[in-house]
Amino acid sequence: MKDFRIWGLKKSPWVFHVAAASCNNCDIEILAALTPRFDVERFGIVLVGSPRHADALLVTGVINRKTLPRVIQVYQQTPKPCLVIGVGTCSCSKHMFEDSYNVVGPYDKHIPVDVYIPGCPPKPEAIILGVVKALQKL
Amino acid sequence: MKVIFWILVFPGFLFSSIIGMLLTWVDRKVTARIHWRVGPPWFQPFADFFKLLSKETLIPVNASRFLFLMAPILSIIAITAVGTMLFTMNFYPNMSFLGDLIVLIYLLTLPPLATILGASASKNPLAAVGASREMTLYFGYELPFITAIIITIIKTGGTIRIGDIVTYQHIHGPILYSVSGIIATLVALICMQAKLGYVPFDIAEAEQELMAGVYTEYSGFALALFKLSKAMMLFLLPCFLITIFWGGFVTWWAILKLLLLVVLIILIKNTNPRLRVDQALKFFWVGLMPLAVLGVILAFFKL
Repeated sequence: MKDFRIWGLKKSPWVFHVAAASCNNCDIEILAALTPRFDVERFGIVLVGSPRHADALLVTGVINRKTLPRVIQVYQQTPKPCLVIGVGTCSCSKHMFEDSYNVVGPYDKHIPVDVYIPGCPPKPEAIILGVVKALQKL
Repeated sequence: MKVIFWILVFPGFLFSSIIGMLLTWVDRKVTARIHWRVGPPWFQPFADFFKLLSKETLIPVNASRFLFLMAPILSIIAITAVGTMLFTMNFYPNMSFLGDLIVLIYLLTLPPLATILGASASKNPLAAVGASREMTLYFGYELPFITAIIITIIKTGGTIRIGDIVTYQHIHGPILYSVSGIIATLVALICMQAKLGYVPFDIAEAEQELMAGVYTEYSGFALALFKLSKAMMLFLLPCFLITIFWGGFVTWWAILKLLLLVVLIILIKNTNPRLRVDQALKFFWVGLMPLAVLGVILAFFKL
């Protein structure tokens, strides 16, 4: 029964896009990954509009004091089990905003992150690979 | 015992849900081919369903708990009853009782009603907007839909028993093969599109405007039941149309007719932009309603 559940989760990860103050480059690359050219629906990946439907959160951007409560709220609104995938170099580190007073640090200080996808911005292929690696963790 | 088998397994729950999910896959696959994509594998709707069942069901703090959880169950019960009645009356016309057509029309209105109830119970502003749009749309399509069914009732000599309608079409040929029959089928087909909530009438869950619209707060098994009842609607509404207008399920040709209708729905879905809610209402009342009334008048003159 457990295998069956994991099979379902692996075969149909619905992603929700959380834009936590990114520069929009990663957001555009995520949209590019969802276009017919890459056709992620082959693997059951669908972009959903509500965090309640999501299995994976694609979080972009460097988290600052303003967006941190929102990101945590969206994470709490997502039904578990859910994956968190950090997209872009901003998600891995503070990137070039290291000395900024407003940046509250990397994601894993605040929410559990499963996979980081580096790149500024990462290519659509890299994003798909990241999601696949996150699914392999299950 | 036999009745329980009917309700739970063969024409009822299990059969309709499996065929419905397969038709959902047909929908997604044809959509993908139109987009010049490959599309999901055949087990995709099943994977979605089992995944949603295994996930946590969250209930919003302010929501009315009972109504929020009852709405999907109401929807699934109503659509199961539709499936059971429709097929038993197709296969055994003698089991039909007086007025079962009216019972079916009422049962078919329950899933949208359940959606409205659930959305209102969830206390989400986006779901509330979705519910109000769904309600407006519901007032729009229900009138032409019933008028189209009245054409069949007139042409079969005033019978409201599905068994009699199927038998009549078996002897005299389907209702569709006449002028008023074509009008009735056309009107009912467009109303069906709205009942299913597909583009151009997906106003209630317009994802660019309302995120997930009426389903915004649903997760886990409640969302799975809503998705399942929508999949069953995709199977049972064309079946209802075939029963009423196109000869019923007496020959194997009916399966081909079903596929034809479903592909037609998908093509309409993929080649149209979404209407605004006032445009949709105007389309149903000003555009389709006079057409349906014309059909009724033609049916009186046996055309």
